[in-house]
Amino acid sequence: MYVAVKGGERAIDNAHAWLAEERRGDRGVAELSVPQIREQLALAVNRVMAEGSLYDPDLAALAIKQARGDMIEAIFLIRAYRTTLPRFGTSRPVNTGAMVCDRRISATFKDVPGGQVLGPTFDYTHRLIDFALAAEGEPPRAAEAQAQAGEMPRVTDYLNLDGLIQPEPEDDETPPDMTRAPMEYPAGRALRLQALTRGDEGFVLGMAYSTQRGYAKNHPFVGELRIGTVAVEVDIPELGFAVEIGEVVLTECETVNQFTGSKTEPAQFTRGYGLVFGQSERKAISMALVDRALRWQELGEDNLGAPAQDEEFVLSHADNIQATGFLEHIKLPHYVDFQSELELVRRLRAEARASQEREAAE
Amino acid sequence: MSAYNFAYLDEQTKRMIRRALLKGIAIPGYQVPFASREMPMPYGWGTGGVQVTAACLTPEDRLKVIDQGADDTTNAVSIRKFFETTAGVETTERTRAATVIQTRHRIPEEPLGEDQILVYQVPIPEPLRFLEPRETETRRMHALEEYGLMHVKLYEDIARHGAIATSYAYPVKVEGRYVMDPSPIPKFDNPKLESAAIQLFGAGREQRIYAIPPHTRVVSLDFEDHPFVASKADHACDLCGADHSYLDEVIVDDAGGRMFVCSDTDFCATRQAEGHRGRLSPEAAE
Repeated sequence: MYVAVKGGERAIDNAHAWLAEERRGDRGVAELSVPQIREQLALAVNRVMAEGSLYDPDLAALAIKQARGDMIEAIFLIRAYRTTLPRFGTSRPVNTGAMVCDRRISATFKDVPGGQVLGPTFDYTHRLIDFALAAEGEPPRAAEAQAQAGEMPRVTDYLNLDGLIQPEPEDDETPPDMTRAPMEYPAGRALRLQALTRGDEGFVLGMAYSTQRGYAKNHPFVGELRIGTVAVEVDIPELGFAVEIGEVVLTECETVNQFTGSKTEPAQFTRGYGLVFGQSERKAISMALVDRALRWQELGEDNLGAPAQDEEFVLSHADNIQATGFLEHIKLPHYVDFQSELELVRRLRAEARASQEREAAE
Repeated sequence: MSAYNFAYLDEQTKRMIRRALLKGIAIPGYQVPFASREMPMPYGWGTGGVQVTAACLTPEDRLKVIDQGADDTTNAVSIRKFFETTAGVETTERTRAATVIQTRHRIPEEPLGEDQILVYQVPIPEPLRFLEPRETETRRMHALEEYGLMHVKLYEDIARHGAIATSYAYPVKVEGRYVMDPSPIPKFDNPKLESAAIQLFGAGREQRIYAIPPHTRVVSLDFEDHPFVASKADHACDLCGADHSYLDEVIVDDAGGRMFVCSDTDFCATRQAEGHRGRLSPEAAE
């Protein structure tokens, strides 16, 4: 006998209670604190801030804890929280030229004014599991040096002096806000960069990689990659000047791309740009490559039909919160639609069988 | 929950959504872009419907939420709970008693009245999407009323299968102008799209709102020699005996035994309370 499926509410409550218990894990093992996650899983925290579009390391760490380490779930928590926050105003554009750099490298020059600063990077580590870490010892303190005085000039500015790189026109127009207006295509570069910087790291990486493998190849060099702290300033109308309200860590990547010229532009180097919250260099480099690929029209290049050149394709699929929601919604009950499909398939089969039998009888 | 505004969304966001709703009502079947917010439930799980409902609710409203026609499916429970917590409105399972009904995949069997709003959750608002993936193209096609591609698709179905092989999300033409996706309701429900109630459609992820005002002409696309048929399982409900409601097919044993029950749980329960019996009702089964 059929029993109506009642009790959805109790099932949900029980599932949530079980989930909370699973999140905690074995109670015999010490619980993770939010500061531990913030300090020791900092790159995860950075990714959650970047794709969550909210700079708050403590909140991102808490989201990671609540999400049991599921990064997209953590990003989702941050996004949903972010929407509820009131907007007090907008900051001045941050000056990454004045960044206090922890890391700054250029692949296009052997040395540059300000120097190559390797910083805390995995780049030249050998990927050998460090079993000593399992023993809970403290690592030795790293050597310290005096911070360099003065700003680090931008590498691309040197190329700009000779007119060898395409200039980036100044634009004081207030950029559109993709979280406050529906996306419409063509989106334009400001919106593209917004969508890419909060886009899924894996997706943006995959798109960038596809350009390297020949789908709209754009020959990138990392002109400069810098990671460090910049000041955030806000104009206070009552005071008539800008006040520093805090600082954020950013990763900025400028690529220098080969360009042999087109119908409209002379041969010169062109640029791709990536800017991401936190130390997120894989994402920043990927973003710069995809940005450059999407600029084909502006630079008078041919549309090669590559996915990374297709603004609507890239932008409408870069967001992992949209993607995961729609993908996972197929777990929800669909039995009403499935029922109508069942009936359709049965009817089509019955009709096909009837017509076969008719033909056999003739 | 006092940290959040009535019905979760802030008033400015509600105003923005209401503007889109009014535009949608003014241009029946036209997809109005709106600045969809990130909601505390995943995209694809009713964020569009939830935003529309939040923008429509007043403290005096009585809300009903259904998924697959049922009030007790998990996501319906979850959305109802969301509004119980954030809006504190009264909720009901009775179709007749509700002033706002949020639905996924069904239209209630009982005809709705002029004092009711039906809010649909929409996954893909664009009826032309499966023929043309680009939004830039489909918007142009709507603007030019260029619906030939859709008719070709339906014709090809007939040529290949002898029938139009679309059984849900069956496209309609609204007031003789816009071709519209009625959301993934079974085509059995299409005739009910001509209603006395206000029908609002919200697609959160795709950032679109559209509407059918009361008493608007809604025609399911077809051909003269292949007229539209609102089909359902060829059975009566095994619990209430209804022979004119949409039925779920439920597998009841290992031998592939089946029973058919109304997908609209309130409709079925009301009929049973009125004394209607089906093939497998406890009394009738004896």
